[in-house]
Amino acid sequence: MTARTLFDKVWSAHEVVAETPDTPAVLYVDLHLVHEVTTPQAFSMLKAHGLPVRRPDRTLATMDHSTPTQSAQVFGSVPIKVDAAAKQVRQMERNAAEFGIELFGMHDARRGIVHIIGPELGMTQPGMTIVCGDSHTSTHGAFGALAFGIGTTEVGHVFATQALLQRKPKSLAVNIEGPLQPGVTAKDLILAIIGQIGVSGGTGHVLEYRGSTVRALSMHERMTVCNMSIEAGARAGMIAPDEVTFDYLRDKPRAPRGQDWEAAEARWRTFVTDPRAQFDASVDVDAERVEPMITYGTNPGMVVPIGAAIPDKKGDEVFDKALRYMGFHGGEAMLGKPVNVVFIGSCTNGRLEDLQAAAGILKGRKVAPGVHLLIVPGSQQIKRQAEASGLAEIFKAAGADWRESGCSMCLGMNGDTVAAGQYSVSTSNRNFEGRQGKGARTLLVSPLTAAASAVKGSIADPRELL
Amino acid sequence: MQPLKRITSRTVVIASTDIDTDQIIPARFLTTTTKEGLGQQLFADWRYQEDGTPKREFVLNRPEARGAQILVTGRNFGCGSSREHAPWALLDYGFRAVISTEIADIFCGNALKNGFLPIVVDEETCQWLLHHPGTELDIDLEAMRLALPTGVSISFAIEPFARHCLLNGLDEFGYLRSRLADIERFEAARS
Repeated sequence: MTARTLFDKVWSAHEVVAETPDTPAVLYVDLHLVHEVTTPQAFSMLKAHGLPVRRPDRTLATMDHSTPTQSAQVFGSVPIKVDAAAKQVRQMERNAAEFGIELFGMHDARRGIVHIIGPELGMTQPGMTIVCGDSHTSTHGAFGALAFGIGTTEVGHVFATQALLQRKPKSLAVNIEGPLQPGVTAKDLILAIIGQIGVSGGTGHVLEYRGSTVRALSMHERMTVCNMSIEAGARAGMIAPDEVTFDYLRDKPRAPRGQDWEAAEARWRTFVTDPRAQFDASVDVDAERVEPMITYGTNPGMVVPIGAAIPDKKGDEVFDKALRYMGFHGGEAMLGKPVNVVFIGSCTNGRLEDLQAAAGILKGRKVAPGVHLLIVPGSQQIKRQAEASGLAEIFKAAGADWRESGCSMCLGMNGDTVAAGQYSVSTSNRNFEGRQGKGARTLLVSPLTAAASAVKGSIADPRELL
Repeated sequence: MQPLKRITSRTVVIASTDIDTDQIIPARFLTTTTKEGLGQQLFADWRYQEDGTPKREFVLNRPEARGAQILVTGRNFGCGSSREHAPWALLDYGFRAVISTEIADIFCGNALKNGFLPIVVDEETCQWLLHHPGTELDIDLEAMRLALPTGVSISFAIEPFARHCLLNGLDEFGYLRSRLADIERFEAARS
């Protein structure tokens, strides 16, 4: 039998109908994750056709994007401040009830960011196909699943059929070797990779992150890496499952149990790239040389090591436009630049380990005067864990604003925004113009760099505070 | 869906590269629960001042842009968020096609499902179009050719099934539903 990649194996295991020159493949979807923002029009489509959700048992809904993070708004003592968001939340509740979909509603202890709760519950499993109307669905690829974002029309297709029409993307091996240095995180690694291959370097491809560095990463680190695959333009990012994956999943509420576990694990072990399998393309990354990274421009590929200067590309109009938006000049050092807001959270870096990393720096220190440090756990479960383990106390003692879970300040649509012209050092995934609020200037970093910058009140190298 | 065979229109140029879907339609407008009216907010932060009045220098606010149906941009158009609100906003505004050297995967899929043509051309053609705003173009989906007023004709590729659906006014959903028996067999075989 021909040697196959992890991606080939997951793809062919879900091919209901193979593709032909004239027609795309019909690809089966194991798990459909749903949130309030990209589904209303898909439910309307079902209603217009008089169709049910075909497999509610393979569908899970939560609310994260437009939901507030202030406790009083979440738990109803005051109304949700953003009217349209409140309407969307109510519509999600109505649609879930009408179509019989399990929904983790506003007050549910299991609610959280859609890409945090799938793994947390053990619903995200190796070898699965997982889709969601959200581009950061690539996160779930950390488990060896083929997971990708879809549009609202496709959300409707999956509701109605549990399948999608897809052309098979190409494969790109990202070979990463060498140890990460102290103070360098998975976030720095993926930012360095995006800097290396560019924001469209992965277009048309599914990435497989491979090599000794990847094997040594924990699950939360693997999720951070896969999460930002889309920032390189990739359709998805995958990592082959191994003992790290199985250990993570073993005690999760919706993971298989007993004999079912044994059978599942045996099957999951087959989802690895065969030794002689061919990728369509490959790239090599030297992890040992990666430093804490920070973006300086308006896309995640505009990134430098934290101690470096902003590149100077005089005469490049597009580049100049980005620097003008940021209020920066070519040749300036990033270290020491002023900071107004620091955001720690999102589907990229809102997991318990990210909060622990930040707490390691914030413990016994204070947020610099004039800096607003917002810390938003990725799920209600993470919030409880952070409170039980004393992290929340560390954050509050440092002067941070500690919230309920949600997408929050990653995208300015839920009331958590950065004001025009302000600098936001953020652990999220996109530094696009206006992403965190109209006119907001975003600098993407790791939780360590975010915490260090909050303490210093300016862009800081976390290695000085470790 | 109406069949789509041909688009003949002047072009509007936004030369920026990596135009992400947050620029096409900022997230704060995604709280809508319908598809209609999003054209008002297309490129909102580039198009309007703080007080909501149009920025005169932005191309969509200039008289020569009025009625144009073809957008020409720098490489990697539509990157970022999967929001289908992006093609909805472009269509609601009146655009029918975008031309670039590279168009992001998810945007491409979303666009084709809504009858909005994502057309990828070579660097030379794109540079020419970027430097000649307001060019009258003829896009022939049947022949997969782009005709320039200079007499030059350029071929482009488009996913064959999407093209078939667009030319015949078919909905991809109809085809997918016609494979339900296959989906049921697949499920039965797996369980």
